[in-house]
Amino acid sequence: MSSESTSDSPLLTRLKGRHRRLKVRHQVFKAIRGFFDSQGFVEVHTPQLLKTVATEEHIEPVQAGDRFLATSPELEMKLLVASGLSPIYQIARSHRQGERGSRHQPEFAILEWYRPGNTLDPLVEDLQNLFAAISQAVKGSTQFFWQQRPIDFGASFPRTSVQEAFLNEAHWDPLTPPLDPLKFDMDLVEKVEPTLGKGGPEVLERYPAPLGSLARLAPEDPRVALRLELYVEGIELANGFVELNDPEQQRQRFIEASEAIVKLGRTPPPLPESYLEALPNLPDTVGIAVGVDRLVMLLADAADIADVVAFEHLEA
Amino acid sequence: MAGIEAGQLKRGLAIMLENVPHLLVGMEFVKPGKGQALYKCRLKNLNTGSQFDRTYRSGERFEVADVEDRDIQFLYREGEYFHFMNSETYEQYQLHQDDVGEAQNFLVDSMVVKALLFDGRPIGIELPNFVVLEVTQSEAWIKGDTASGATKPVEVASGYTVQVPLFIKQGEFVKIDTRTGDYVERVNK
Repeated sequence: MSSESTSDSPLLTRLKGRHRRLKVRHQVFKAIRGFFDSQGFVEVHTPQLLKTVATEEHIEPVQAGDRFLATSPELEMKLLVASGLSPIYQIARSHRQGERGSRHQPEFAILEWYRPGNTLDPLVEDLQNLFAAISQAVKGSTQFFWQQRPIDFGASFPRTSVQEAFLNEAHWDPLTPPLDPLKFDMDLVEKVEPTLGKGGPEVLERYPAPLGSLARLAPEDPRVALRLELYVEGIELANGFVELNDPEQQRQRFIEASEAIVKLGRTPPPLPESYLEALPNLPDTVGIAVGVDRLVMLLADAADIADVVAFEHLEA
Repeated sequence: MAGIEAGQLKRGLAIMLENVPHLLVGMEFVKPGKGQALYKCRLKNLNTGSQFDRTYRSGERFEVADVEDRDIQFLYREGEYFHFMNSETYEQYQLHQDDVGEAQNFLVDSMVVKALLFDGRPIGIELPNFVVLEVTQSEAWIKGDTASGATKPVEVASGYTVQVPLFIKQGEFVKIDTRTGDYVERVNK
């Protein structure tokens, strides 16, 4: 048989179709490492099998025997910072139960970095420099097209507060209590997100305190948590915090999240006691997580996250 | 009636809303950072044909609408309408091009497709995942352009243009994935 008439299995055909995008993916990973290495960050590797994970109402961990697969490397990286190692970065595999859509895979690549700071400014600066460096390395320019839309990673990123965005697009003030989290999420995905990041990255920042997660409250306004998200063309790419290092406040938030998980009919993971114990040693630190697969989608001009991973969920 | 949860919604399924059947023409899983899982749906009212968007949260339950699917054969196209026949009952149906959707890229005479019937009326069709179509037009490709991926555009019998490897010739048959519109392989017929 000549090689032309040998037909591949459907899986091999699909894999072949991904080669071009996987090469772009490699370029993105190389550019990320080059950027942080040149800035003096130390690359670390934290475990995937964990005794517990951060208690978050809407992030369900995958259980593996008597362990959990990491939902993110966040707690372990901050333990390293608390031990005195900073700035650090990592590209880790993370796992979240039941997340599957054109922007979600239940297993994904997450880039996290932590550095000294007590405002969101250094994170925005890092994001700008990193995104410009990646687009230069991969595209040879900070300007490129994604799904026929022009994108510019080179301009300074506009910053919009959650309050401003909701007043403009949903016509209500999310800082006026009590906050209805379902209404917030509904209006966020239907009205606010589609307007964010037109033509280039945009920062959404200063979240209502009840949605602070592991972020510190603003010293001048306790209604606000110092948390940011980065959007490009409505796609959420990053989530960053000025890190909360008050163990009592953090314990209270984990307990509230645990109770909410019980109400949803699930079993919460044990509280991360070793993290809470080390928290007073965490110096003023800012940290952020970037969804690398989504970033590759933009740079490889892909419409679906499944197109930029070698194997999508349950394909291997 | 079978009840389903929001997480089981998928494109092509019909659900009852306020006693009216609605077809899910689009469905997107969304989950804002730290927020809850939501399902952004594009729904089509099967009585009026009007379309609208609605977001549901995980855990919401729905009643599945009583629509049936049946094999029908494509006969011909006339203007904006596509004509089909049920090969068992010889009953004929017409569908507007908007209801045929992207499937029209791959329809050729006598092709058998699945029709979604509500009240005995077709409201949409579903193609097999793969179709085999004849290459009807393929221009000679200029040598030397093998570096840029080694593909060329050809037209297939349905009028659709697809990127194929350079060795594909006019008159040959190719398999196409109807979900992505991409070439899969050459088929010897």
